[in-house]
Formats: sequence, structure tokens, C-alpha cells
Amino acid sequence: MPKKDKKVPDSQGRFGAYGGVYVAETLVPALEELAQQYELIKENKEFKSEVQNDLEKFVGRPSPLYFAKRWSKQLGGAKIYLKREDLNHTGAHKINNTVGQILLAKRMGKTRIIAETGAGQHGVATATVAARHGMKCVVYMGEEDIKRQSLNVYRIKILGAEVISVNSGSKTLKDAMNEAMRDWVTNVDDTYYIIGSVAGPHPYPQIVRDFNSVVGKEVLVQSKEEIGKMPDLLVACVGGGSNAMGLFYPFLEISTTDLVGVEAGGLGLDTGKHAAPLNAGSEGVLHGMRTYLMQDDKGQIQDTHSIAAGLDYPGVGPEHAWLKDIGRANYTTANDQEALDAFKELTLVEGIMPALETAHALAYVKKKAPSMDSEQVIVVNVSGRGDKDINTVANIEGIEL
Amino acid sequence: MGRIQETFLDLEKLKKKALVGYIVSGDPDVSSTLNAMQLMVKGGVHVIELGIAFSDPMAEGPSIQQGHERALKNKISLQETLGLVKSFREDDDKTPIVLMGYMNTFEALGSKVFSSTAKENGVDGILIVDMPIEESVEFTEQTKKHGIDIIRLVAPTTSESRIKKICKQASGYVYYISLKGITGANSINVDEVKNKVLKLRELTELPVVIGFGIKDGSTASSVKDLADGIVVGSTLVDIMGGNKEEIEKHLSIKINDLSRALN
Repeated sequence: MPKKDKKVPDSQGRFGAYGGVYVAETLVPALEELAQQYELIKENKEFKSEVQNDLEKFVGRPSPLYFAKRWSKQLGGAKIYLKREDLNHTGAHKINNTVGQILLAKRMGKTRIIAETGAGQHGVATATVAARHGMKCVVYMGEEDIKRQSLNVYRIKILGAEVISVNSGSKTLKDAMNEAMRDWVTNVDDTYYIIGSVAGPHPYPQIVRDFNSVVGKEVLVQSKEEIGKMPDLLVACVGGGSNAMGLFYPFLEISTTDLVGVEAGGLGLDTGKHAAPLNAGSEGVLHGMRTYLMQDDKGQIQDTHSIAAGLDYPGVGPEHAWLKDIGRANYTTANDQEALDAFKELTLVEGIMPALETAHALAYVKKKAPSMDSEQVIVVNVSGRGDKDINTVANIEGIEL
Repeated sequence: MGRIQETFLDLEKLKKKALVGYIVSGDPDVSSTLNAMQLMVKGGVHVIELGIAFSDPMAEGPSIQQGHERALKNKISLQETLGLVKSFREDDDKTPIVLMGYMNTFEALGSKVFSSTAKENGVDGILIVDMPIEESVEFTEQTKKHGIDIIRLVAPTTSESRIKKICKQASGYVYYISLKGITGANSINVDEVKNKVLKLRELTELPVVIGFGIKDGSTASSVKDLADGIVVGSTLVDIMGGNKEEIEKHLSIKINDLSRALN
């Protein structure tokens, strides 16, 4: 069990063996500055109240903890509660992080914002706060993701940000991140890079975790007040892992609450077409961090596959790698079909249409809940809403919209 | 004395600058790389940097990214590159070879296996782009044991106190990144480079080379007096990606141009 007196990450940005700062020399000073400034600014009273104010008035927090009564009954086991991050402004948990980071960027005197995006939710969340603060914003997005998330691409553009299509490598999230890094190294003086997941070089995994941990903190309070007990199990999907980390972090020391992260099983782990580095990957270094990766035996990063663009990433946040190794959290997978079924089921039974990313977590809950008793409580993070995925789902069904 | 040290000492005696040439190993295939290496030496390249292709070359501009992609199409591996160096050494035991790449491919082979095989096959140095001093304990130990130099990078953003720390751990030569940006970028600022390199030379005894953004004779001559050598990469990689029949011709012309600018 992680202890309070042992701070993670340490001063080198390490979570056990994972994390660190594996970047080109040009960026080392920028990351050191960011780490120092963040440590100072995050304790600043005024800053804290600015973030708090934006979370309440701009994002609409706290998000409800909703009892999925019909679904719980249908599954016939544990009580299932949904943490409604889908109700946030812009429709996902991603905004929790961007409202915080842009205020940090402003305090550091940066005038230009860049971001990478996969499903487009982080791109939208970044473009949104950039519009709110009147800052120039550039969003990098893989050509493949631009095709399957055209709605979000258009949203980003209407918000006044520039979308740059990335056509190198696999043309997805990892390549967008490479390209954002290249932009940052070039424009490091005036540019702030808002990374959207608990990934990348230190201090990003920490910063993104901290800003997203508002989710877990609210669940702590809501569980006490509304359920009268701590949840027995927390479930969240894991791509880079920011919504999971945000939910898990405040619970790390509550040993009676189990933590399960659900990675994208794609077409099945045995097909190699998935995005489940914690389940089927190995240790390596990518995007500035040491973590579990999908890679071949020569150290080349492999193409990933998932029905959910936001999970289609060959790495995972280093804190998850650490939580897996020390056994504090467990990581499993749900495949494309299971996610699709869960997407439809929650929509039909509860009238809540989840993002396909979230649907992976729900697919696990579907399997797990019946084996638990009715006094037990599962909280699942509904990390985003499913509107953005309508085209993908329709396509699979052979329907043209 | 190692090949790197010897080469720079020889050049110093002759009052000449080092021309360091970068191409990607296996781009477009292994035999083309071997030919190009020999041609480069003949044309006047003093040190060869061989890029180790990686699926996610974060610090590279479009030219070198494409070089990596071409090399990976033929599934080039670090192991194979070590074999390539061995072949090169059959005819050339003098020209230093530095392998330049990203942490993950070196780690996949393992620091121990890599270092011993690399030494055996005639590698003189490594430059791992995403391995700053803080993350290099293991590789420093293993390469040192086998007498392989670790070339360190210094950037325009690197503070004086950090330069000191870096130089303490550097060996072979120090690579100064001439601009904030990626390889092959366009905007080298000679005055800025000058100030920083002057400072850097005060802080290290090692030879200093300047790279990123040098693409022809005229950019080369604009910075050559500031340092002990210059690195040319993207422009050579562009040639390797061109029409196969013309690689030899274009490579000779380009290296000739650069060589002349340095003399």
C-alpha cells in the first residue's frame, strides 16, 4: 500500500522504476522550470481559488454520482454508481486538466498553447480553455483520428484553434504527440504544451493526475454522504490513463477499495490488434517516460488498434505501471465488441450514452457486478459522453448518416 | 587512444575542422549505407554518425523521419547495424563511427550486450537523443567499461551550470545543437551560436561540434570557425532517399561542397 510519507513521483519524476525525463536536451530546462513553477504555483492561494472557480462555474463541478438502479438490477449483483464526467462542459473529464494547466501556463507567462489529441476530447478541452483565455492554440491530431472524429475536429476549429494533421508513423495519437513535442522544442520560449494524459516526461504525469484527481476527491465525499460507505471497487478505462488516475489517486490509501483499470482489448489480445500495454506489453521508453509499451523485440513501437480512438495509444501513464507492479491496482481488458455492447446497453437501460472509451470500463462492470453481492458498491468513471462516437457506431452497423 | 580522439587530434595539428556526416543505417538498405559510408570517407567526412531507426524519432525533422521510415521498411535493427559496422571496419579502421538514436532500441538490445558487441565490431561512440545525463547511469557504466564514448548534447536552452554537469560526463566530443528545434530546421542564428559555443568551449576540453540546421557549404562556413567541427545530417539523408542511381553522384557533390567550405 502506498504511504503518504513516500512522495510519488520523487524529485526525478519516478514512480518506482517508471516515469522520469527521457527527452532531448533542449527540453530538459523547460521541464525543470515547469516542475519548479508547478510546485510553487499549485500552493498559491489565488491560483487554487481560480482553478476552483473555473471547475465550478465553467466546467459545472461537482459532477453527480448517479445510482444506475435499473442497470444494477438487471445485472443482479453490486450496486453500480456512475461518476458523471460526461456531464462536464465539453463532455468529458479532459476539461478538469486543461482548466488547470492553462492557468498554470498564464502564470508562467506563456502566450501560445499546443496540445495533442486522439479522440479529440482533449483537443476540444484545450481549444475551449484557450478560447476562454484568448490564447493562440494549435492542436496536433493524427490523420486517421481526424477521419474518425470529424465532429470534434470541427468543434476545435470553431473554437478558434488550428488543427494540424499528422501523417507520420501510424497517423494516430502517438504520432500527434511526437509532432507536438517537435513543435514545443522549436517554440519552447513562448509555448506551453498541455499534455492531455498522465503520460509524457515528468512533471506531466503528476500535473495531469493532480488536476484530474478532483474526480476521486468528489467520489470520496459523495460516497460518504450519499452511499454511506466507501466503494468496494472503482473501475475506469485506461488509455494513457488520466481519468483512471484521477479517480484512483485519492483512494490509493483506502485499502478496502479495489481499483481496476480496463485497457482496450481491440480484436483480442491474441490477435496483436489491441492497445493494452499493461496487459500484453513490456517495459520501455517512449514520449519522455519509462513505462509499459506495445513494442516488438527490437524496441520498435507497434501499431495499436481500438474501436475507441482515445484508448488507441501504445503506452500508458507511468503511475499505472507502478500501481500494477506493486499490486495496488489491477488491469484487465475489454475488446471492441464488448465495449460496443456495453455502449448500447447503458444507453438503453439508463438513458446515458457513454463514450466508447468509457464503454470499456462498463464492459468490465457488466462481467464483474453479478459476482458481487447487493451490499457492495462499484463506482465507474463515465469519463465522457458518446455523441462523438455516433459515426463510428453507425459505420459498424452499416448505417450511413 | 580511441579513433574519435585520434581523429580530432590529427585535425587539430593540421588546423582543420571535422566534417561529421549523418546518415540513417539501412536507408534505403544496408548495402547502400555501406557504400555511402565509404563514399563519405573518400569525399572528406571525418566522423560518421549512423542513425538508428526508431518508429518514433521525436527530435527529427521531416527529412530524417523519412529516413527512419525507409530503413524500418526493411526491418533494420540495431543488431544488423552492428554487423554493418563490422563490414565497414574490414576496409577502414580509422574513421570513427558514432551510433545515434533513441533509448528504446538501445535498451531492447540491453546495455551490456550492446556495449560489448559494439566495441567488438568497431563502434566508437553513442549518442542517445532522449537520454539526458540524469537517465544515463546504466549506459554510462556499460559503455565506459568497454571504452565507448557517450557523446552528450548541449542545447541553446542549457544553462551554464547544467553545461558543467553535462561536460563532466561527456567523452569523445560535445555536440552543440545550434537551434531550438528539430533536425534540418531552417533558422540558424550565427551570433547566438557564437556566444553559447564560446561559453561551452571555456567549460570543456573536449572537441565541440555544431549540428542541426547546417545544410550546405555556406551555412557550414558561417559557423565553422566557432567550433572543431560541424555535423551535417538532413541534407545527406535527403540524398539517400532520392533516386538510387544518383545517390553516389549527389553525395559526392554535396560532400565536396561541404569539405571545401571547411578548408
